[in-house]
Amino acid sequence: MRQLIFAFCIGLFPFAANAVEPDEMLTDPVLEQRAREISKDLRCVVCQNQDIDSSNAGVARDLRLLVRERLVVGDSDAEVIEYIRARYGDYVLLKPPLEPATYALWFAPIAFVLIGVFVGGGLLMSRRKQEAFEDLGSEDENTVSEILRQNEARDAS
Amino acid sequence: MKRLIAGLPFIAAVIFGGFFLWGLNPDRDPNEIPSVLISQPAPAFDLDPVPGLETPGLARSDLVGNERPVVVNVFASWCVPCRAEHAVLTRFVEREGMRLFGINYKDKPEDAVKWLNDLGNPYERIGSDLSGRTGIEWGLSGVPETFIVDGDGTVLFRYVGPVVGPDAVERFTQALKQAGALPKGAAS
Repeated sequence: MRQLIFAFCIGLFPFAANAVEPDEMLTDPVLEQRAREISKDLRCVVCQNQDIDSSNAGVARDLRLLVRERLVVGDSDAEVIEYIRARYGDYVLLKPPLEPATYALWFAPIAFVLIGVFVGGGLLMSRRKQEAFEDLGSEDENTVSEILRQNEARDAS
Repeated sequence: MKRLIAGLPFIAAVIFGGFFLWGLNPDRDPNEIPSVLISQPAPAFDLDPVPGLETPGLARSDLVGNERPVVVNVFASWCVPCRAEHAVLTRFVEREGMRLFGINYKDKPEDAVKWLNDLGNPYERIGSDLSGRTGIEWGLSGVPETFIVDGDGTVLFRYVGPVVGPDAVERFTQALKQAGALPKGAAS
């Protein structure tokens, strides 16, 4: 049983394998943890849809080392991200910042949901109204009874 | 109200269609990374020369105070497209009077020396960026990349990838002319 569990763990190992190589890691586990968290929010500029924490690209490695270097110097997390952002722009952030230029990006989904609720709700309401029984006007009422009377007269003859 | 709702699919089709049309534009490169450096001062750096090469090293101060805007090209001997680009850049230097500076990116000095001896050296100065740190300062995403830097140290233009092929050369030539990086009365 134990061997089976061991084999299972070994089987998992390749998935846990990471781009961060041992020689990059900091000896201070707290700083290293912060570096990992920051790296997960930074985009690799070569592979573009990967964070630098999981990318094997050369530039990603350089950026990882730079993040760690800034942390060792004593930068806060925000300062490190700002340092990289100053060089690569907003593009390097995997999570776009909330600014006037990105309002459409952040608020469009909410706006679309609201529009959907209003349009859908409006449709349902108007349909329900149509189903309601509507009284005929007195003029129509007279016409109908006139026709009925004529029909009865015809049937009788 | 009803007419509005009936028109919604049409409006949606127009919006999405327009989006797809924009996406199909062959001139649009989705991989293009917007550069933050344009119209910004060039980053500070000071690189040693490549050992074994007589060409002096490169620092930010070399880019500033020139009569005309100059060109900074980031290259490496291991970069295959750089080899193709090298001929284009050499032609610009020799025929058009463009001033070219190089950053040798993460390259073994002996490889760089051999590469330049084989192909010729059009660079006035070459800084050796072994660590790639200067590359990060320039917001580099790969090699080659080419920048045009104004006399006051402002970055005017950035070209990602090799300046090879008629379209790329045309774009680069336009940028050089617009920046005034080519001397008046040069051949071409």
